[in-house]
Amino acid sequence: MIAEAGLAALWLSTGLAAYQFVLMLLALRSNFDVARAMRSVAVMQGALTLVAFAMLLLVFASSDMSVALVFENSNSAKPFIYKVAGTWGNHEGSMLMWVTILAVAGAFLALLAHRTSERTLIAALGSQALLALGFYAFLLFASNPFARLFPAPPDGQGLNPLLQDPGLAFHPPTLYLGYVGLSVAFSLAVGALLTGEVDSRLARAMRPWVLGAWVLLTLGITAGSYWAYYELGWGGYWFWDPVENASLMPWLAATALLHSINVLAARGALKAWTMMLAVIAFSMSMVGTFLVRSGILTSVHAFAIDPERGTFLLVLLTIYVGAAFILFAVRGATLKEGAPFELVSRESGLVVNNLLLSVILGIVFVGTLYPLFIEALTGEKLSVGAPYFNAVAGPLALILAVLVGVGPLLSWRRERRPVLRRLATPALLGASALVITIILWPGMSILPRLGFAVAAFLAASSMLPMIGRNPLRAPLATWGMVIAHFGIAVALAGMASNAAFTSERLAVAKPGETLTVGPWSVQLEGVTPTAGKNYTALEAELHASRGEGIIVLKPQSHYYSDPPTETNESAIETFWNGQLYTVLGKSDPSGGWQLRLWWKPFVTLIWLGGALIALGGALAMLGRVSRFRWRHAAAAEWRKARYA
Amino acid sequence: MKAKNQRLVLVVAALAAVLAAVLLAMWGLRNQASFFYTPADISAGKATPGEAARLGGMVKQGSIRHEPDGVTIRFLLTDGKATTPVVYRGIVPDLFREGSGAVAEGRIENGTFVADTILAKHDEKYMPPQLGNLAAEHQAGKTLQK
Repeated sequence: MIAEAGLAALWLSTGLAAYQFVLMLLALRSNFDVARAMRSVAVMQGALTLVAFAMLLLVFASSDMSVALVFENSNSAKPFIYKVAGTWGNHEGSMLMWVTILAVAGAFLALLAHRTSERTLIAALGSQALLALGFYAFLLFASNPFARLFPAPPDGQGLNPLLQDPGLAFHPPTLYLGYVGLSVAFSLAVGALLTGEVDSRLARAMRPWVLGAWVLLTLGITAGSYWAYYELGWGGYWFWDPVENASLMPWLAATALLHSINVLAARGALKAWTMMLAVIAFSMSMVGTFLVRSGILTSVHAFAIDPERGTFLLVLLTIYVGAAFILFAVRGATLKEGAPFELVSRESGLVVNNLLLSVILGIVFVGTLYPLFIEALTGEKLSVGAPYFNAVAGPLALILAVLVGVGPLLSWRRERRPVLRRLATPALLGASALVITIILWPGMSILPRLGFAVAAFLAASSMLPMIGRNPLRAPLATWGMVIAHFGIAVALAGMASNAAFTSERLAVAKPGETLTVGPWSVQLEGVTPTAGKNYTALEAELHASRGEGIIVLKPQSHYYSDPPTETNESAIETFWNGQLYTVLGKSDPSGGWQLRLWWKPFVTLIWLGGALIALGGALAMLGRVSRFRWRHAAAAEWRKARYA
Repeated sequence: MKAKNQRLVLVVAALAAVLAAVLLAMWGLRNQASFFYTPADISAGKATPGEAARLGGMVKQGSIRHEPDGVTIRFLLTDGKATTPVVYRGIVPDLFREGSGAVAEGRIENGTFVADTILAKHDEKYMPPQLGNLAAEHQAGKTLQK
């Protein structure tokens, strides 16, 4: 019954989404007053999809094997948390989660929007409903999560062991919230283009959504990067895998958007530009969903190979992105020009930021899709990997990081103060970092060297906006910007250190033998069999030391029987100045064991930087929301009157 | 700057950015893209020695040899039509075994494929699409031989 209730809820919300879209058409054509009706329809629609998702959670939690999806992806012996997290560890479940977030975001837009005009809100809710309709159709006709099996099999097939990890519980929901949060920016942009009301009010309404989605995307990418780092056992933190790029592309677009939106909010300039970015950002989310969910990519994320689903998603994607771009082409040119600004000004700085981010986005986009195009056109198979992305996008990212230190010092409209003099100290720091790396490590390659220099420059210059003002009185949004920009410097330093100073050792050791890696000597005590809840394992005991004290590490090799799979569980020990990373390999005929050891100085700075960037975004969002509440009591009155 | 001119400048800047991205990407792709080959392609001489490439096939039965250092292995990849010797230094992935599919990333040197990375098939559901086709072709070939 539970599964049928879920399916019914899904059908009902489909009907409501259709109704919501029709209401928008009526409102825009003939000025019917439907704002209230639309608001409640949107809220109901969100609530019903939430019910559908809860029903799916229930069938997974209770291991109801008569539901095909549970049978294929779960097993009664699995730990409870993975039974629950398994709900979105498969194609249908994760698409249902996607749609649920889309509908719930629409519901929150309906509940919370108070800054846009009523007509723009109606148009935006209509756009949100149209988006949801397509994905409801996809679920109901091509990916029904509630399909039953007759007769019910005794037990399920299990979940890919790579996905049996605490990371699975948080990584997909976080990223999805980010992806789909951008749909609100998309719908608001579409709504504003329809009504022609592209102004600073709209930007202020859109900004918290963009910031929120961006924070979650940043967290999702950072967490995903750490997951790949410890779970795959390859010692890398970013592989330029198409699926990683699928999350990076919306992030790049959203980063550009949240900067240009400030220009629109503060100065009423860059109108068409900002609308374009809002459309592109969510389009990139949809491209990402298509890449990941269509099964055309080689990846742990590609759950199943099913050309029909891929085509369905591609058609949806083409319709939505195409319609939005046509709307932009028709209405974009009719927007009034924004306020003018000088060549050297905050606005120009943000334009340059946007241009560089767009170029990087273009490079990642072309590199990610190129193999698909070539294969479709010529049948030739090729892959584009790290060498391409590092060589082409890397230098641009470094240039952008330098400009991050400069932009916030410029003032709106026209720069009058001597900016270059304020940058003297950071520039000196950057230059000394460069000289120090040249003197101390003559063998270091050029990119990490520049990375250190830029990190030193940016760490210092990102603090400059706080100098000369009372830190307690500075707005939260300013704090957010400073912390996020400082986070970039921290992450950059971590990447440079990882690239320049990592030591690696790959060898066979017999029990009792010692290997050295960097400053560490690591002794293999022995390898013993052990067992977990649904796997058996081999566990090595390693005693690591660098002078004083002994640290014990226990890397494992897991064997799962449902489905039969092996995984390596690396053992990582974190110190203030780096991580010792150990992987147990296969046994050797002579009685030894393969061991792979890394010493990675300051590698943790990469994820610490990511977390700081997200924290900065969260603070900025808090500042933007709360400042409005404090200062505009009138707005609260107005809202009360409207929604009472 | 007048508002009208400003818009023109912005539009030109945006177009220049798009153009720059495409040109940079094309330049990078020409130098850095690596092609996917089968052993038959290698024996036909399609791969340029020293250039980054991927090689996919089945690990031939009885072909895995361990070097004395314990961490280097040599094996043969086959697609049913030809075989290519592969050498790899590192820990082979889980489920890398004789008779199952694998993709090697690396380059051809003196007729041997020197792999930096080995990707193996996980199970039916998680098989790389490229290997999916290969397995189907391989299966079809076997049926024909019978």
